[in-house]
Amino acid sequence: FFSKASSSLEDVGESSSETEEDDQPVRRQEGGTDLSPEYWGIQKLAKYVKGGDPTATLIALCSMRDLNLSQEACQLAIKDTGCLEVLINLLDTEEIKCQTGSLKILKEISQNVLIRHAIADLGGLEIMVKILDSPDTDLKCLAAETIANVARFKRARKTVREHGGIKRLVELLESISVGLSCQAKDTETARCGALALWSCSKSTKNKKAIHKAGGIPLLARWLKCSYTNILIPVVGTLQECASEPSYRLAIRTEGMIEDLVKNLSSEHEELQMHCASAIFKCAEDEETRDLVRKHEGLQPLSVLLDNSENKQLLAAVTGAIWKCAISRENVLKFQEFKTIETLVTLLTDQPEEVLINVIGALGECCKEQENRGTIRRCGGIAPMVKLLSATNRALLVNVNKAVGGCAMEPENMAVIDSLDGVRLLWSLLKNPNPDVQASAAWALCPCVANAKNSGEMVRSFVGGLELIVNLLKSKDKEVLTSVCAAIANIAKDQENLAVMTDHGVVPLLSKLANTNNNELRRHLAEAIAHCCMWGSNRVAFGETKAVAPLARYLKAKDPLVHRATALALYQLSEDPNNCVIMHENGVVKLLLAMVGSTDDALQEAAAGCIANIRRLALATEKAKYG
Amino acid sequence: AAMSRKGVKLLVDSLTRSAKHFNKSEVECLVNLFDTLVARSSSQFAGAGFDRTVFRDTLHSAFGMTDDVVLDRVFSTFDRSNDGCITVVEWVEGLAVLLRGTLEEKMKYCFAVYDLNGDGYISREEMFQMLKNSLLIQPADEEPDEGVKDLVDLVLKKMASTYLLVPFLLQDYDHDGKLSFADFEKAVREEKLLLEAFGPCLPDIK
Repeated sequence: FFSKASSSLEDVGESSSETEEDDQPVRRQEGGTDLSPEYWGIQKLAKYVKGGDPTATLIALCSMRDLNLSQEACQLAIKDTGCLEVLINLLDTEEIKCQTGSLKILKEISQNVLIRHAIADLGGLEIMVKILDSPDTDLKCLAAETIANVARFKRARKTVREHGGIKRLVELLESISVGLSCQAKDTETARCGALALWSCSKSTKNKKAIHKAGGIPLLARWLKCSYTNILIPVVGTLQECASEPSYRLAIRTEGMIEDLVKNLSSEHEELQMHCASAIFKCAEDEETRDLVRKHEGLQPLSVLLDNSENKQLLAAVTGAIWKCAISRENVLKFQEFKTIETLVTLLTDQPEEVLINVIGALGECCKEQENRGTIRRCGGIAPMVKLLSATNRALLVNVNKAVGGCAMEPENMAVIDSLDGVRLLWSLLKNPNPDVQASAAWALCPCVANAKNSGEMVRSFVGGLELIVNLLKSKDKEVLTSVCAAIANIAKDQENLAVMTDHGVVPLLSKLANTNNNELRRHLAEAIAHCCMWGSNRVAFGETKAVAPLARYLKAKDPLVHRATALALYQLSEDPNNCVIMHENGVVKLLLAMVGSTDDALQEAAAGCIANIRRLALATEKAKYG
Repeated sequence: AAMSRKGVKLLVDSLTRSAKHFNKSEVECLVNLFDTLVARSSSQFAGAGFDRTVFRDTLHSAFGMTDDVVLDRVFSTFDRSNDGCITVVEWVEGLAVLLRGTLEEKMKYCFAVYDLNGDGYISREEMFQMLKNSLLIQPADEEPDEGVKDLVDLVLKKMASTYLLVPFLLQDYDHDGKLSFADFEKAVREEKLLLEAFGPCLPDIK
């Protein structure tokens, strides 16, 4: 009965940014075998559409519209009586009135998922795209609106593109003039075009096609008008496409941020939501974040937080705030508007999509010391810690970051600890997802550094040290980097270092030494530096071949890597064998350059290391020549 | 009888005003066309106008209108003086509606065309007349006229206010259904496609 929708390699690249009805929809089984009364009614009318001349056809089509076309029984009856095929055949004629009559019906019934799949199966989309060339404006508008309905699934969107639909839809946006002298007819055509483009833009290839067809400057022009019914699909399309970097660039350079900010103050919540969503996506880029601030967009965003009823709007707004908060100047502005306080109130009783963004925003705001205190004073720490028990991956990553940010303040740390927060973080190291593991490990660094009785606390987590040492076996770079950083902190406690040594931390660290990743190098070197301070670990590092790779780190361009490496080498150079290896690897020359550094720690470590190497060389000379 | 130059100018001015939708040069063209058609027609009206036959031929070749019943009725709407002769005034003013009429003007025109006996109502019988050839494919098991009768019912249900409101499929209806101009106008305002509900009587935009 239904043909199987083809899912094949060609659908790769048709990736959509939202999940929807890509599989062939299944029809609900109706009880009983009797055909519905709607069926007979439609069949009667279908008789005239199939067998009548254009006059009779039109009468039948107009009568059909009196039936309740939004009712599923009616919609399915049109399909089951074969009337749908006839309607589509009518589209292929040159009779404008019949095409119009048919499209008026198709537009209504294509709201039904089964019908739109059927329309696509019957080749209706190709014909509708052709109709976009018609000189009759009303007909074009109807075709575009129907395409907007049908193109709600992947295959349909692909069909539209493959038959030149995108280019024609973009042409509908062209008008004589936008602005005060806008004609009513122009805006209707543009509105229908924008609706269709919005539906089509959910496919990645279509986003690119719209761009190629010159759609962006046209969308930018319409963004400046004040008709809400056009603004909504235009902004909807822009925010959908903003997942593409090329669009984000264009949105920025064509001055659209200003218009998006302006429309945040619209009366229409749907428009506000789409503007906020667009800003959310675009604010990945620093220049955009600056533009939002320059056009005074931060305050309206903050104000919109008060509308907590509309969850979709709230999710978009909190998302925009989150990304804007990546820039420090924006955080300072948010402080003026007391945004942080409001965000804390949104930590409870909110749907996940809102929470993820709220916590993300707070995590960014935590980078400013003042806000860490504010969050505590508003009672924000407890709900945050509670969220450590969530299961949503994205949420956990953000929560970890926020908790870690707060933990930089000893006063906050006390609260976190009292709520068992560190234990919860530690158990997240067991989470199968590497992003969660890494963010948890990062958060543990300030926790371990700032907690009272930190060493004891860490020891109290049964199997905790073994767990974290074993994470050094991970294949994920971010996990490795964060775990090294955490281990560097943990190793400051002698007892814990001893336990980690028993669990084999030295060879595991050494194994990682051959890397070109500067982030990893830095934290690895720090970890090694601290792990040297126990027993025969220095010798063990030499035996497990960590020294030579470390020497190469000095050639990197990153000063933070230099400092960490120098510290590690200094510690390692207490063992003579290591000195020999360092000497062989040209460490002295490299360290000499760093003795003159303005970084005190680097200076000292470099000097100390060179001194150790020199002392050994002298002693060797003496031994040789008596 | 040929008109003087001044007479022609006065005629053109007056027609431009009364027909409203044409400019002066367009009116001049139509007047010239009128003269050509009069020359073609019989001398029955002594040059004052042309007859039904010429009119039907002209509309047929100019606009592709073929339906005899409709063409007859169009002639009658043009021929306001009802004397079987189209004068130049009737010609220009009639074409103004046909080619450029507002929706109001077109509605009045179409209604007049469809109101076959001119009594101010489109009756069931008149509808049957106009639609009887619209069913190209008749189901074999049905009486040939059943389909057309049902079609007429559909129209009445949709447009006539005097029709009893019945649920869609019940066969119970009032045989006196007919369409007043008010009914027609209301229906067309709601759905423009119904303007030529009983058959094409306006030229195609092609």
